[in-house]
Amino acid sequence: MLRSLIGNLGQVSILLAFVTALISAFAFYKAVTVPDLQKRGWLKYAQSIFYVHAAAVVAIVVCLFIIIHNHYFEYHYAWSHSSLHLPLHYMISCFWEGQEGSFLLWIFWQVVLGGVILNTNKLWKAPVMSIFTLVQAFLVSMILGVVIFNVKIGSTPFILLRDAMADAPVFELNPDFKPEDGNGLNPLLQNYWMVIHPPTLFLGFATTLVPFAYCMAGLWTGRLKEWIRPALPWALFSAMVLGVGVLMGAYWAYETLNFGGYWNWDPVENAVYVPWLVLVASYHTMITYRKSSTALTASMILVVATFVLIVYSTFLTRSGILGESSVHSFTASGLDQQLLVYLFVFILIPVVLMVRRWDQIPVSKQEISTYSREFWIFMGAATLCLMGFQVILPTSYPVWNKLMSLIGVESNVAIPADQISYYSQFQLWFGVGVALLSGTGQFFWWKKMDLAKLKDALLGPILITLVVSTLVLVLTKISYLPYILILVSGVYTIVANGKILWGLKKQSWRLSGGAIAHIGIGMMLVGIMFSSGYSKVISLNNSGLLISAELDDEINLKNVILFLNEPREMDKYSLLYQGRYIEAKGVSGYVPVEILASTNDPYHWIAMEDINRNDQVVHQSGDTLEIQPENIYFKILYQEKDGKDFQLYPRIQVNASMGQVASPGIKRALTKDLYTHLSYAPFMTEEDQREWTHADSTTVTIGQQFFINDYIAVLESVSRVDELPGITLQNDDVAVKARIKVSGPQSVEFLEPVFLIKDQRAGRIPDGITDLGIRVAFSKINPETNSFNFDIYTTQKDFVILKAIEKPFINILWVGTLLLVFGFIVAINRRYREFVLSRDKGVE
Amino acid sequence: MKKSHILGIVIIAIAIGIIISTAGDASSYVTFGQAKEMASVGNMEKIHVVGMLKKDTEGNVMGVESAQNRLTFSFVMVDSELKEQKVFFAEPMPVDFLKSEQVVVIGAYNNETFVADEILLKCPSKYQEDEIKFTSN
Repeated sequence: MLRSLIGNLGQVSILLAFVTALISAFAFYKAVTVPDLQKRGWLKYAQSIFYVHAAAVVAIVVCLFIIIHNHYFEYHYAWSHSSLHLPLHYMISCFWEGQEGSFLLWIFWQVVLGGVILNTNKLWKAPVMSIFTLVQAFLVSMILGVVIFNVKIGSTPFILLRDAMADAPVFELNPDFKPEDGNGLNPLLQNYWMVIHPPTLFLGFATTLVPFAYCMAGLWTGRLKEWIRPALPWALFSAMVLGVGVLMGAYWAYETLNFGGYWNWDPVENAVYVPWLVLVASYHTMITYRKSSTALTASMILVVATFVLIVYSTFLTRSGILGESSVHSFTASGLDQQLLVYLFVFILIPVVLMVRRWDQIPVSKQEISTYSREFWIFMGAATLCLMGFQVILPTSYPVWNKLMSLIGVESNVAIPADQISYYSQFQLWFGVGVALLSGTGQFFWWKKMDLAKLKDALLGPILITLVVSTLVLVLTKISYLPYILILVSGVYTIVANGKILWGLKKQSWRLSGGAIAHIGIGMMLVGIMFSSGYSKVISLNNSGLLISAELDDEINLKNVILFLNEPREMDKYSLLYQGRYIEAKGVSGYVPVEILASTNDPYHWIAMEDINRNDQVVHQSGDTLEIQPENIYFKILYQEKDGKDFQLYPRIQVNASMGQVASPGIKRALTKDLYTHLSYAPFMTEEDQREWTHADSTTVTIGQQFFINDYIAVLESVSRVDELPGITLQNDDVAVKARIKVSGPQSVEFLEPVFLIKDQRAGRIPDGITDLGIRVAFSKINPETNSFNFDIYTTQKDFVILKAIEKPFINILWVGTLLLVFGFIVAINRRYREFVLSRDKGVE
Repeated sequence: MKKSHILGIVIIAIAIGIIISTAGDASSYVTFGQAKEMASVGNMEKIHVVGMLKKDTEGNVMGVESAQNRLTFSFVMVDSELKEQKVFFAEPMPVDFLKSEQVVVIGAYNNETFVADEILLKCPSKYQEDEIKFTSN
């Protein structure tokens, strides 16, 4: 009963949230338009409706989480995104893995932001919240899941499996069928980044609405300049959160996703990168709005553009239109038209409002001076916008093709083969432009400038830049001209902003946000240039061999093959593949698969040996361990010539329904990262199982020498045992263990196969040495001859194919991102204080 | 003319420049026939070809050869004009390769063989749940 109730409760909450969003949008609208005397009443009413809306949204979230947490697999959402074995933190992430859940997350953040606006504003409340709740109504409609006149509006997370898959034959047989387990979370997403990256990104999405709502409110109520002050800290906050969200995605891609790098100019990445650039441009023009009318109009256009681009990117990534042009998998949601309506409405509203107010926007007569800060800010904003324009254009090719096909023209433009170098060759020059402008522009910001003063201010930074760049160039031997320019301009912006920062130390630290953030940008540019431009495959196999008689050229192989426990030279390292490992609950680090025995339950394995950590036995032989069978780690030992060594554990995840996913092992050092990932490992799937072939049967007596697959072996002893790991022995049961010494090529090892009589039936527990590809079963005891029979099985040797890449100076990039974020925080603090001061004076 | 106008014109000029140069660089999907023609006139530009793996009547993939050391492999691809072409790839076979519905190869001709620098696979609804698999009930 409860199980069906919870879905209905959720669905009712969605309807309630939708209706209350509309009502409060209307009520806030009334609170702006009615005569002053009635304003208070409408505002109070609107606020209380908004809080009802907030409660409804929270109820939706709670209902969906109960469904996921309790494994109610009759609900499509729980079945398709979760499974019984998912730990709690991944249950939270499957909450937003699906389309509906991610809209819900977005809706939730907007409720939080709406609450903050209501509690920090006085004058702006009503008009801002009216826009705000209107957008909220559109968003909630995305998860409505109602069919009106044959038009499906939104898709609800509370749909039952039998309704979502009405055609599945199983429901004809049994309409009350409930799957026992869900499909589970995509292994790519089983990562802590999946827990924190989407909420950050969606908070970023949600925050772009705030400056937009202020801008609309300003245009609507005729306060054409005043909206900027309260909107500015929000624009900064939004840029910071969205930026952090994007960078988290980049770091996640680098650390886990094995796309080979942190940025791939994939449409999904571009769809967030472009609005972010425009958003950054918008707050730059916003800080100069008082001096220049151009900056004011530009601010309005850019704030609107940011929000529209966010809606557009939602359309791109969720309508399925990108289908073929991205490595991300998109599912068509059937919400295309709805998203398009959303997009057009939020282009139309600002255009109408702006046209209405266009004549009232103040125009400054004065010509803009090259020595004014407005000029430099404007140049910077223009560069950022063009930078975004260059990216959004090719990203939109699929939309273009679709549009052309609608008017009957066949168009099949595609992004060039190598999209990374394609975008980079353009973006690189914009990067140089941004660095030069942010280094120089800062001087105009803090002082009145003329030519003489400018020369004076720039001389020092330019000299230092040249000296530092020359040193770096000599040391790193960079010779490609565009990279040299990136380096020089990056160093320049670091040095120039460093000088500004130094000058500011006598004033207030509160003013230093811009300088710190720009230093971060400079470092990011330099870090990106090194780590991407000079990323080097070191597993290169310069065999110099013609691969095939059919090919002209020698082709370098980028991978090496490592057989288990056979060392191999690569670059300056000697590599050794040391076997497969797995994570077990309650054990730090990794446990060798070899000392574990599988059971019928794939999530519980038995330890065959004691497991020690820090000289303490954490698990005894025979203990059952809770493991994650989907993640296999491959231990790779790197030994340097000078004797230093380290291990990496690249990973392969296997999931029956989703295939294999490889994640790298990364060795981090100050000057470079060593990135290792597996291209292939055998025996990972059901079709590709290790095959044991019966090679030989032999009869031996104690002390006798024999051969196991060409290795010399001696049967040392046979003894009765009273305990076996994972097996309970009764009184009548007998277990006998043989001990066989095997001399392998590297070391001497022991095999301990067991012969067992349990419940009056004979059984065997074989023992093997994976390195040698052998396994021995104790098959018979012959009391009359005092001899023992053994069956010998052999298999192929384990190996991995691996690729290793060096990424120099990537840490400069990460340090730069941290500085950027820190700069943002300082700037937000400053702008928020300004807003609070003016609000409390009643000028807001 | 005001300085801000000049600035505006410069920005528009750059924007148009971007449109032209991106459009000029945009590569479209070609067939092996066209790719061969391009190679024969000395155009060594990297191109996209879309196609499928060669399969027998029972749907088994044909013509896939992995090198002895497993570090490279080659396969036969059929493009939209049903032309068959041997494609060589200097990396191990991607995991889901044999399951793919559609293959995009990016590369160029080298004699009679097409050497791919990159292979993009489209696999049947890898992350979608179009069907329910019932193993136990």
